[in-house]
Amino acid sequence: MKFAGKVIKYKDNVDTDVIIPARYLNTIDKKELASHCMEDLDKTFASRVKPGDIMVAGWNFGCGSSREHAPIAIKESGISLVIAKSFARIFYRNSINIGLAILECEEAADRIQEGDEVEADLTKGIIVDKTTGETFTAEPFPPFIQEIISCGGLIEAVKQGKIQ
Amino acid sequence: MTQKILAKHAGLTEVKAGQLIFANLDMVLGNDITSPVAVAEYGKLGFDGVFDTKKVAMVMDHFAPNKDIKAAEQCKMCRTFCREKHIENFYDVGKMGVEHALLPEKGLVTAGDVVIGADSHTCTYGALGAFSTGVGSTDMACGMATGKAWFKVPSAIKFNLTGKLNPWVSGKDVILHIIGMIGVDGALYQSMEFSGEGVHSLSVSDRLCIANMAIEAGGKNGIFPVDDLTIEYLKAHGNKPYTIFEADEDAEYTAVYDIDLSTIEPTVAFPHLPENTHTVSSIQDPIYIDQVVIGSCTNGRLEDLRIAAEIMKGKQVADGVRCIVIPATQKIYSDAMDEGLLKIFIDAGAAVSTPTCGPCLGGHMGILAKGERAVATTNRNFVGRMGHPESEVYLASPAVAAASALTGKISEPKEVL
Repeated sequence: MKFAGKVIKYKDNVDTDVIIPARYLNTIDKKELASHCMEDLDKTFASRVKPGDIMVAGWNFGCGSSREHAPIAIKESGISLVIAKSFARIFYRNSINIGLAILECEEAADRIQEGDEVEADLTKGIIVDKTTGETFTAEPFPPFIQEIISCGGLIEAVKQGKIQ
Repeated sequence: MTQKILAKHAGLTEVKAGQLIFANLDMVLGNDITSPVAVAEYGKLGFDGVFDTKKVAMVMDHFAPNKDIKAAEQCKMCRTFCREKHIENFYDVGKMGVEHALLPEKGLVTAGDVVIGADSHTCTYGALGAFSTGVGSTDMACGMATGKAWFKVPSAIKFNLTGKLNPWVSGKDVILHIIGMIGVDGALYQSMEFSGEGVHSLSVSDRLCIANMAIEAGGKNGIFPVDDLTIEYLKAHGNKPYTIFEADEDAEYTAVYDIDLSTIEPTVAFPHLPENTHTVSSIQDPIYIDQVVIGSCTNGRLEDLRIAAEIMKGKQVADGVRCIVIPATQKIYSDAMDEGLLKIFIDAGAAVSTPTCGPCLGGHMGILAKGERAVATTNRNFVGRMGHPESEVYLASPAVAAASALTGKISEPKEVL
């Protein structure tokens, strides 16, 4: 799976309360959730994000609540991939389960800047910053998790009998 | 200890950190925010019924009693699903409580269980010697359908507790102290295992509070050994058979921390991360507050209300402070009424609410305006957590929260007693 897009960058400990504030959790409508994505951290996000854009962040991205609405809102907003130094564990598994692509790479998250054009290959774990020409290698997912991702998420994996 | 529970539930003799396994589930939990997403995902799976109607629980606690029409629709969706699937543990207004206070009270979770819940504070039940962890709605949907979940076996950090807590210091101060020490990702992907002779001096309520906030250090779970107090608690709350697992003497840990409980002081986490901890005694300039919330899955148990009431008895909430007390379950509410605690709160000028998660996550029942500041016995103080993005939450114990309600600024109990 390959991705290419412009980078929107945030810092450490981006929590699920700022990704999608609880006051909007009275709906499961994906479009509505996406319209409030990142609102309490960055009011401009929802209006400036373009399909395919890549989100880059620091340590412990997605910490806090287990709300799957957070990766759903990010995915629905058009973000194709999130690269972070580390992910909070529930956000990590939620992203895999719903088919939001994520990559953990400290160096890439440090070096890549807001607005850079980035390409990434999820299977190989290769990240290329087209703006600076730098290449980074992320830890690829174990085969089991790649299987869930290649099915398109946990629901499809269970339906296809890949998980039992 | 975590690894042994997971191995047993995966049908394996042993597991190693990093290993990916499928484990059988003893309980799958959801609330009125996460369950609607799970119900929608469940519908895509094509299963007729849930794997076990006794092993699924849905609790309408976050935006219930319904705060608006959309919240009401979400609860209705859960209600309909539970009725159709004959789910036995559906808890609606009048019977519900804050989920992580309710499940142990009802005896639905016990030592040796593997529990997943579509709520990050599901790690609470580790206090009873269970492996329990928060997951998302899709995991909940697949868990309800298949009775299994995938896990990456965590490595473990050991917290060796010695000594005893001083008066007016509680489990909340212990866990805030630990999060301040290791940071909000200090236990990322790992199990936080509490052990040592100091454990036995902690009440089950304190242990529930400590395990509850393991997630605030990034932990996969927090877990306590099972002792006489645990067994006494389990026997008093239902008759679900339990299994005791013990950590091996030579168990491997990525880190070991020694904590002398007698050295822990009343501790507060400043905005906007639970790791920004300070002892109350170290606060130089007064921090004035607008609101106090005493409740939540972290600190809404009867023991917590008793502490707050002891401090507030015969006194008045400071002018300009709104104090909201939320017993976490109907039983706690009823017991607090019988013990006269609710009267103490009301006489002091506090509001007493029906059980709800409400203000903890900025849902309802105590939202903060721009620039307002609250002391809360809840678990998170992220930007906008209790309301306006420019409001502030200071996390504290019931004792500190009650004392602060009386003085109008962050205070230690000894300042008002």
